[in-house]
Amino acid sequence: MSRIQACFEALGRARRKALIPYITAGDPHPALTVPLMRALVEAGADIVELGVPFSDPMADGPVIQRAGERALKHGVGLSDVLSMVEDFRKEDNKTPVVLMGYANPIEAMGSERFIGRAKEAGVDGLIVVDYPPEECGEFAAQARRAGIDPIFLLAPTSTDKRIREVARIGSGYLYYVSLRGVTGAGNLDLADVAARMPKIRAATRLPIGVGFGIRDADSARRVAETADAVVIGSRIIQEIEAGTADEAVARVKAFLRPIRQALDASSRQ
Amino acid sequence: MQMYDLPDARGHFGPYGGVFVAETLTAALEELRLAYERSRKDPEFQAEFRYELKHYVGRPSPIYHAKRLSERCGGAQIYIKREDLNHTGAHKINNTIGQALVARSMKKPRVIAETGAGMHGVATATVAARYGMECVVYMGSEDIKRQSANVYRMKLLGAKVVPVESGSKTLKDALNEAMRDWVTNVDSTFYIIGTVAGPHPYPMMVRDFQSVIGEECLVQMPELAGRQPDAVIACVGGGSNAMGIFYPYIAHEKTRLIGVEAAGEGLASGKHAASLCAGRPGVLHGNRTYLLQDKNGQITETHSVSAGLDYPGVGPEHAWLKDSKRAEYVAVTDDEALGAFHELCRYEGIIPALESAHAVAHAMKIAPAMRKDQVLLVNLSGRGDKDMHTVAARAGLDF
Repeated sequence: MSRIQACFEALGRARRKALIPYITAGDPHPALTVPLMRALVEAGADIVELGVPFSDPMADGPVIQRAGERALKHGVGLSDVLSMVEDFRKEDNKTPVVLMGYANPIEAMGSERFIGRAKEAGVDGLIVVDYPPEECGEFAAQARRAGIDPIFLLAPTSTDKRIREVARIGSGYLYYVSLRGVTGAGNLDLADVAARMPKIRAATRLPIGVGFGIRDADSARRVAETADAVVIGSRIIQEIEAGTADEAVARVKAFLRPIRQALDASSRQ
Repeated sequence: MQMYDLPDARGHFGPYGGVFVAETLTAALEELRLAYERSRKDPEFQAEFRYELKHYVGRPSPIYHAKRLSERCGGAQIYIKREDLNHTGAHKINNTIGQALVARSMKKPRVIAETGAGMHGVATATVAARYGMECVVYMGSEDIKRQSANVYRMKLLGAKVVPVESGSKTLKDALNEAMRDWVTNVDSTFYIIGTVAGPHPYPMMVRDFQSVIGEECLVQMPELAGRQPDAVIACVGGGSNAMGIFYPYIAHEKTRLIGVEAAGEGLASGKHAASLCAGRPGVLHGNRTYLLQDKNGQITETHSVSAGLDYPGVGPEHAWLKDSKRAEYVAVTDDEALGAFHELCRYEGIIPALESAHAVAHAMKIAPAMRKDQVLLVNLSGRGDKDMHTVAARAGLDF
């Protein structure tokens, strides 16, 4: 059983919702990435999404773009990100790690070589934003053979046919993008999320994470009323950029803890 | 050669092209694909497109025998397709009219565009004014500094120009930002891409609208020169003027197709924009194609004296034409392009865009080794008014 599957099964038994924070690897400094990942876990993360910096992050809003630019200034590439996961694994063999990024750095390394190295490093899932199912059948199959979950996005505009296609090829969890726009936008539509969940659940037994636009304990709690997992990215990056590098670990923990508490409080009701 | 019928149903030219976008854009691209398919088959749409090209753009654009330049080169006869004479001064308007008509058929009241040198931005602002649409143009803040006259032109035409401060602050970043706008405002907005790149159906759609250039040449060359050319030469940034003149010639196997990229300060310097000559295949802006990238797969910054060629990718159909060897791709330096710019001014009384000067430079390079009865056809994709500051600055003058 994959770490991601084990994680969701354990959460299901405990009737808890998954909290999935995102940070960009190398932001604000490469030496801080592993400490930040550990801080996220200490503050209650169930799965960590680690962004791979890319020069042209077409699907990201300004906050995650800036994080990527800071990481790229330190020369952080895909190889470095894999080394960071390897480091993280030295002390944490349980928390699933999902890499999120764009296709080109992967193709530059070579898909097969990348998947082999990701497996060795202890990566559990991959979200390649610009790899829709039609364009990455072989890549997704390679990942699954290596025991890595290919995770796909669904959008408010995804058709039923498309939901079935994504459910067929994806594993680990499905990532529902809760708004029309880029990461970090403010217009989360909770009614849309609630309305879409039954449609997606009809097509898949995979857990469903919801992200893009979740900003605080309240929006997280309300999304978790229908979703299995809550993904938070831009707000965490904002916490990192609001303070000095030395404060990053403490700030991120302080931000995430109340969200964990809110999720657990409402799931006990 | 087999009948050429690319791209396939999902926009692939061999291994290139495709739809490499986030799920958030998938539905919008599918809607566009269907709408364009309808327009393509609709005789009324095609008739209106042709009418606009004739009466608003001034087509057909003439072909001109550059006799003095040919004599100076001492070899092949050089003919010039005068896209610089189109309304707005470049080939870009062919495509923006086509896409604006598709936008209107989809009832989208707002159009957006990315622009580098500003020519596509001006062409988009122009058609937005013509058809009464709201228009927003994304432009890198570096490019805004380099091309202030075009920025003002767009504003006069009623467009809003949004400076893009991310990444290298140039064309590729403007494209990223336009995509972000589109994904956020997809219900009301049509994204008019300016070149034969981006996700399917853009490379095909832009090629189709631009191929009026080559179709006219097929008719004009026999009338004027008594034959089809031995080679067709066009500059390639994203590659829309080149695709427009190449496409109708693909089936004419005796005509060589030569794309000219920007070698900037020389391919060895690393300061260039020659993705086909010096890049590797990868994925950017929704399609797989040749890209200028570093070992980590990060897209690298490009350089060219002409802002319109300053792009790290290239249309996927060019990638396919290169691999299949139907077209050849070469590169011309800033200095060579400027040399050709001045020659065309002095010998023919035509001030070319610096982009188009790259194609002229290559024609001047190969013409001397050819016979006098051989024929080169150069696509003069735009006029040089926008480049006065750049050319003057290179000569040490303050314009």
